Amino acid sequence: APAFSEGYGLGRAALPEEIAAWDLDVSPDGTGLPPGSGDVLTGEEVFADQCAACHGDFAEGVDNWPKLAGGWDTLADDDPLKTVGSYWPHLSTTWDYVNRSMPFGAAQTLEPDDVYAIVAYILYSNDLVDEDFVLSDENLASFEMPNADGFIVDDRKETEFSQWVGEPCMTDCKDTVEVTMRALVLDVTPQEEGTVTQAVAEPEAAPEEVV
Amino acid sequence: MSENFKTSRRGFLRGAAASTALVAGASQADTPDPLITEVQDWASGLGEGVDATPYGLPIEFESDVIRRNVEWLTADTISSINFTPIHALDGTITPQGCAFERHHSGAIELSKQDYRLMINGLVDTPLIFSYADLERFPRENHVYFCECAANTGMEWAGAQLNGAQFTHGMIHNMEYTGVPLRTILEEAGLGAAGDLADKWVYVEGADASSNGRSIPMEKALDDVLVAFKANGEALRKEHGYPVRLVVPGWEGNMWVKWLRRVEVTDGPVESREETSKYTDTLADGTSRKWTWAMDAKSVVTSPSPQAPITHGSGPLVISGLAWSGRGAVTRVDVSKDGGKTWETARLAKPGEKMALTRFYLDTDWNGEEMFLQSRAMDETGYVQPTKAQLREVRGLNSIYHNNCIQTWWVRPDGEAENVEVS
Repeated sequence: APAFSEGYGLGRAALPEEIAAWDLDVSPDGTGLPPGSGDVLTGEEVFADQCAACHGDFAEGVDNWPKLAGGWDTLADDDPLKTVGSYWPHLSTTWDYVNRSMPFGAAQTLEPDDVYAIVAYILYSNDLVDEDFVLSDENLASFEMPNADGFIVDDRKETEFSQWVGEPCMTDCKDTVEVTMRALVLDVTPQEEGTVTQAVAEPEAAPEEVV
Repeated sequence: MSENFKTSRRGFLRGAAASTALVAGASQADTPDPLITEVQDWASGLGEGVDATPYGLPIEFESDVIRRNVEWLTADTISSINFTPIHALDGTITPQGCAFERHHSGAIELSKQDYRLMINGLVDTPLIFSYADLERFPRENHVYFCECAANTGMEWAGAQLNGAQFTHGMIHNMEYTGVPLRTILEEAGLGAAGDLADKWVYVEGADASSNGRSIPMEKALDDVLVAFKANGEALRKEHGYPVRLVVPGWEGNMWVKWLRRVEVTDGPVESREETSKYTDTLADGTSRKWTWAMDAKSVVTSPSPQAPITHGSGPLVISGLAWSGRGAVTRVDVSKDGGKTWETARLAKPGEKMALTRFYLDTDWNGEEMFLQSRAMDETGYVQPTKAQLREVRGLNSIYHNNCIQTWWVRPDGEAENVEVS
């Protein structure tokens, strides 16, 4: 549309106050952090008030709520425990997520200094700092997380596509077909009204949570 | 009849099958059918007037075609998932009312009057749009699937949930109307961004979780849509009303709902949803990040555990869905013997890019057990792998991106079960 080659003239300029109110994201290099600081002991108090009901006094998690601490060296295990300490690559993410989206049900109610203190306490709960540690906008970006090098960019094209392209087998593809696993044995599917339960045995293992 | 309405379709059909078992095939009725020989109420009295239902819901006989959740999957129902009843649907368009939901802080209520979209960061002029502004940009219409990255994720370690709804129902497919993200970025001006090749956009929602994600500029300028209509009408509240992002072929988490801000950035923000979540851990403990595309996948929706065969042997329609985040589905093969032999199914329509494709295999069932599988191929030549092939590369703890071939064990009584086979 030639008449609109310079744009459609829709919308209006955003004001600095508006951008400041909504643009809260913090990048791994610390871009976006507001000035402020918080120490472990302050964080312990704030965490007890604001977070511990779900995440536990020591960030170990209550019931099914997320565990924020623990799980070191479990990532290659059968049942890895992924926490801030064992898994998260950047400390900026913890600050950003707590600041914007926690506590669950009352997000965006924390002051920056409280967020620094909470993040300091989460580090302490993961045995990554001593109890006199003070986290601030000055030192956050340089804090090295244990699993910082644990991530690779999607490599499916190299590791998978080469194997799984081309004309697939159509006949005589295998000799035998045997059942190796049955959902009805686990029996964890919600039952519909009016249907008959067909469980053939007691559950053998706890169901795998994903979401 | 009202009590019958409460029974599931499956129970209902079972009853029907029992009473009319001899009708299968071209058999002869012994006695006249009273549904034909006696005048029925609906053929004599009156139905509802046109003012009875200004906006209708499905007839009550279909009351089992609903979203379902699985309680033990999440700590609560607010940051949780439910499942589309794909076992009971046909064609490709998902009815919005039973299309799955995934929220991280609940389905929020945001009116068009209260809606604002901010474009900021490395743009010439940071802008604010009202909802009405968005409706004044030139629009496009496209059909795309939205598949949660975790769809089929519970099945990595084995056969867990017994039904296509639960194993494959974190998906919906709608016709979207919206404005290309490119149009909106260009309205703000990308001159300030300099070389666009190494730039990103960070997108976030208006809800408490924000669901912020980083998208490379190349994708943002390609086919990403700022959508405000789905299947002809406004988005449903739970799907992002009034505006969501549509990211064709890419994992559902990036389809940010209640979209409130798009920021042009120098690099990825590495937000919670692309570090802690939506990263895929391999057997050696390292994890893939930025696994955006959803690979070619398919599932037989009927017969399946929630849709057993109730009509006995003879003609049988094997039906299912196939899709690929890397282009159009070009072919689907179906096996009835657990992958020993395959037949190429019929696509109801030619596959469309990054959209659900319906396939059928019209067959004659001899009443013996079957191990039903489907195998999708897309236009890149990629062939949907088995779970064993996926595990060989990734191990058991990837959580996301499980596009393995599914097996249903159909027994002589027509019941089907989710199984793994050798």
